[in-house]
Amino acid sequence: DPDGKTEVVLLACGSFNPITNMHLRLFELAKDYLHETGKYKVIKGIISPVGDAYKKKGLISANHRVTMAKLATKNSDWVEVDDWESCQSEWLETLKVLRYHHQKLSSADVTNSLQEAVPITKLGRKRKQEPNRHEPIKKKNQSPVVKSVPQVKLLCGSDMLESFGIPNLWKLEDITEIVEKHGLVCISRAGNNVQKFIYESDILWRHKNNIHLVEEWITNDISSTKIRRALRRGQSIRYLVPEAVGAYIARHGLYSAESEDRNAGLLLAPLQKHAGDPRSSRAL
Amino acid sequence: MRSRIPVILLACGSFNPTTNMHMRLFELARDHLHQTGRYQVIEGIMSPVSDKYGKKGLVSARHRVAMAKLALETSDWIRVDPWESEQDTWTETVKVLRHHYNEALRAFQSKEFMRNRHPTESSTGDSLSYQQPVLPELKLLCGADFLQTFKTPNLWKEEDIKEIVEKFGLVCVSRAGSDPSQFIQESDLLSEFQHNIFLVREWIQNEVSATQIRSALCRGLSVKYLIPDSVIAYIAQHNVYAVESERRNEGHLLQPLRLQNT
Repeated sequence: DPDGKTEVVLLACGSFNPITNMHLRLFELAKDYLHETGKYKVIKGIISPVGDAYKKKGLISANHRVTMAKLATKNSDWVEVDDWESCQSEWLETLKVLRYHHQKLSSADVTNSLQEAVPITKLGRKRKQEPNRHEPIKKKNQSPVVKSVPQVKLLCGSDMLESFGIPNLWKLEDITEIVEKHGLVCISRAGNNVQKFIYESDILWRHKNNIHLVEEWITNDISSTKIRRALRRGQSIRYLVPEAVGAYIARHGLYSAESEDRNAGLLLAPLQKHAGDPRSSRAL
Repeated sequence: MRSRIPVILLACGSFNPTTNMHMRLFELARDHLHQTGRYQVIEGIMSPVSDKYGKKGLVSARHRVAMAKLALETSDWIRVDPWESEQDTWTETVKVLRHHYNEALRAFQSKEFMRNRHPTESSTGDSLSYQQPVLPELKLLCGADFLQTFKTPNLWKEEDIKEIVEKFGLVCVSRAGSDPSQFIQESDLLSEFQHNIFLVREWIQNEVSATQIRSALCRGLSVKYLIPDSVIAYIAQHNVYAVESERRNEGHLLQPLRLQNT
């Protein structure tokens, strides 16, 4: 961007089961934080609900979750919902979703869009995805507009960051690529353990400049789990989720004791996938 | 079948501005009272304090009432009442309670009067569901911090607190970590009327304080999803909160403290 600021797209992956005001706040907090550094300009926010194949307990159909997220972002001029991940028949690693969106932005950016773009990251390195590509696009020859690809950063809460330590949940190489090539914006409550967690991990420590920690001073603990619990007990969730989402939930009778039992006893997809994979069982 | 006692919840405060947390208090209180099986919450009233309260950073009542109205647009049971804000002087909370109770009583009596004028209408009602109409109760809705202010020297008159807990009742919402029951035990007055003090625990922490909101606004930070969009738009349109507005009443004594000192 002409000010010399790095353009950033914030990508939030998660169940969004359902989406709450807290999820939406993450975007606002991250944007304010990045803007205040003076180095970044947040141009877009993307909510990417996980696919049903994730097999998390209580996860209701992606159709509903995507619809609710869309209703929730109706009044936002910069946050949108992308259903690509939710449409995949198999569960996808978060890194793949990051790469997909980075790819999508790269293709959109290249003014000469006739051939496949070789996404060149800010670091000037070719990504692992296209090993057969030999030359980078010589943008100067093709068009007068030289634009660098916006960075796609993973937006999350401290729970996701700390989940890097759960055995078999993440592949070590994925975590490395996420923090090295993309970056993390992690929102956490005052008095959290995130800094300690980063300190105790060599990989995270090495890339700590690409892990932006944002402190949320306004305590806002509106977790989806609590929302679902309140709904089961016939309690009000007003003012915790956007109006349209609350109305949608009521209209479709989503979330009950039965829905909470979905996938009970099943292993979470990443755990299933990585079981026995030596690359992931190591602690971070 | 014993019928439920109708309850009106009244929240007094600065509402400077109204936040999602304020509105949550009503929802939580209503759920709690309903789940006792003894009450039916029929109305919620938000009563913004008058400008004469003299609190630091308090913006004009005109704005605070307007913002509360916007915030409550989508609610079918909670409304704003500007009576308190329109009085010439600051009004003690107990007086606000009395006023709204009298209003409710008047409405109740005129409804009863109309019903008795047209007995045929009432007799067509299902005999099982026909109940002797029960007088509504008016209860003060507040957060635990409000309860704690009973301890602040010179802020409350002892007799007012007594009237509030004895004649009306308190519904006090507190967050997961804190437990006001100890505070109540430590006060003879409050202990005596603890049957009329309803403690509601908020397990979903949502401590959106208006002070933090104003601070964020002054710094140009986003408050979206903490207060309704319509209130955000109003604040922007009328430039309600700024560094200047935060300085209002700076150095002044709160009106209730001023009165006690005279």
